[in-house]
Amino acid sequence: MKLKYFSAPYLVWMVIFIVVPLLMVAYFAFTNDGGGFTIKHISAVGQYTNIFVRSIWLSLIATAICLVVAYPIAYILSRMEKHRQGTMLMLVMLPMWMNFLLRTYAWMAILGNNGIINHLLTVIGAQPVKLINTSGAVVLGMVYNYLPFMILPLYSVMEKIDKSVIEAASDLGCNSFSTIFRVIFPLSLPGVTSGITMVFVPAISTFIISRMLGGGSNLLIGDLIEMQFLGNSYNPHLGAAISLVLMALILVIMTVMNQFSPDDQVLM
Amino acid sequence: MKKFAKIYMALVLFFLYAPIFVLIVFSFNESKSRSMFTGFTLDWYVRLFHNRIIISSLINTLIIAVVASIGSTILGTLAAIGINSMRKVPKSVVMNITNMPIINPEIVTGVSLMLLFVFFAARMKFEFGFATLIIAHITFDVPYVILNIMPKFKQMDPHLYEAALDLGCSPFKAFYKVVLPEIMPGVISGFLMAVTYSLDDFVVSYFTSGSTSQTLPITIYSMTRRKVSPEINALSTIIFIVVLIILIIKNIVENRSAQSKGAGA
Repeated sequence: MKLKYFSAPYLVWMVIFIVVPLLMVAYFAFTNDGGGFTIKHISAVGQYTNIFVRSIWLSLIATAICLVVAYPIAYILSRMEKHRQGTMLMLVMLPMWMNFLLRTYAWMAILGNNGIINHLLTVIGAQPVKLINTSGAVVLGMVYNYLPFMILPLYSVMEKIDKSVIEAASDLGCNSFSTIFRVIFPLSLPGVTSGITMVFVPAISTFIISRMLGGGSNLLIGDLIEMQFLGNSYNPHLGAAISLVLMALILVIMTVMNQFSPDDQVLM
Repeated sequence: MKKFAKIYMALVLFFLYAPIFVLIVFSFNESKSRSMFTGFTLDWYVRLFHNRIIISSLINTLIIAVVASIGSTILGTLAAIGINSMRKVPKSVVMNITNMPIINPEIVTGVSLMLLFVFFAARMKFEFGFATLIIAHITFDVPYVILNIMPKFKQMDPHLYEAALDLGCSPFKAFYKVVLPEIMPGVISGFLMAVTYSLDDFVVSYFTSGSTSQTLPITIYSMTRRKVSPEINALSTIIFIVVLIILIIKNIVENRSAQSKGAGA
């Protein structure tokens, strides 16, 4: 028996549960209830341009904040002594092991109109501020939930950077800033691109964070899709069309971004 | 620079842990208030353990995670062995499709499976529930198993299996005695990753569960919809402590094995 036949059960599984479902999304997007071809649903996606723009905008902001916050953390972690590295990495990753619903729920209690921050504000005599149900709260939720996804790939790339390269840079007259910009940053680019992917994709497609922290006024693409399948406005054809556009959008953005990546190491 | 690093690290850790700390503190709060601590109580923990929906969805979650991760580990291990001995073009086609559930947004995976299940549920007369959940979980778990095992083949001598056959092993015995031990670390880490993803999954389960069998994340979601329910805080605290214990054990085991390896070399 040849070894390649071992994969037969998986290949059957893969076709039925990965390939066929994705083809069904495409099929539903281009058909109506009777099964006839139509581009009605795809063109209806155009009505939701504002939601698409908001999703792209908020998830780009969240991704940028994650990158800026995570980069120094990953650098500090990678330069730590080995025995402390493991513990610190565990501390950074631990919150990610809690279900993201619970983590987002925690922010509801903190940001709520009667929440902790507003309670503290009234105690010191200040006016309460509207924090929850704003787009800022949605971005905060994205940053909080996906920050570890940015730290991890950055850290694993930086950890592999040879220390002697950095020493050589300083021997050759680099100060610490030019070492970071001209040596460490270029070498960490694969980590930057995979970190951006790992934050941007879940951020642009979330529907929980926007629902729990954004109220009704900050709908994202994910909410729109969910509403077509499980919400009041049941319409799987439109939902499939929106999903298809979302996939295409992510594909385009990722392709553009990979132009800046030195090699094709996108996944962790 | 060092001082700055320490302060910065502390600030980020504060940002990461403050919300969890709030959940834990308010799990002991007497009133339902989410901003004022009025008094200490363990009531919410008692209520949590008497909440049938939570307990049954926890059991569902555990069953699904165990079945799906064992299933996906078997399927994925066989798949990885087969894929590894494929020629270049079919190999890259299969690997690209395998990567789809990882690269695609979870909501697209969930929705696409839901469409498939709706289509077949109408024709084959079955209902959404355990079966659809387990199928969905295996589908998003298998790619992680395969991706954990594939690198192990790069470290393995490709002629070992043929040598075993030449020396009189049956293909099954050669696989069992030669190939499997070599890739075992990948199989185990793939299995653990599958368990983690299954336990934690909300989005795909949400679209494939139907109304009869709920998993814990789905129950949590419907609880958060009802705004104030401090039982969630109690549940979060328990989950946090369980995760903390698991990670500490993992850390100790890894440190030990690193030390013994260091001593060996």
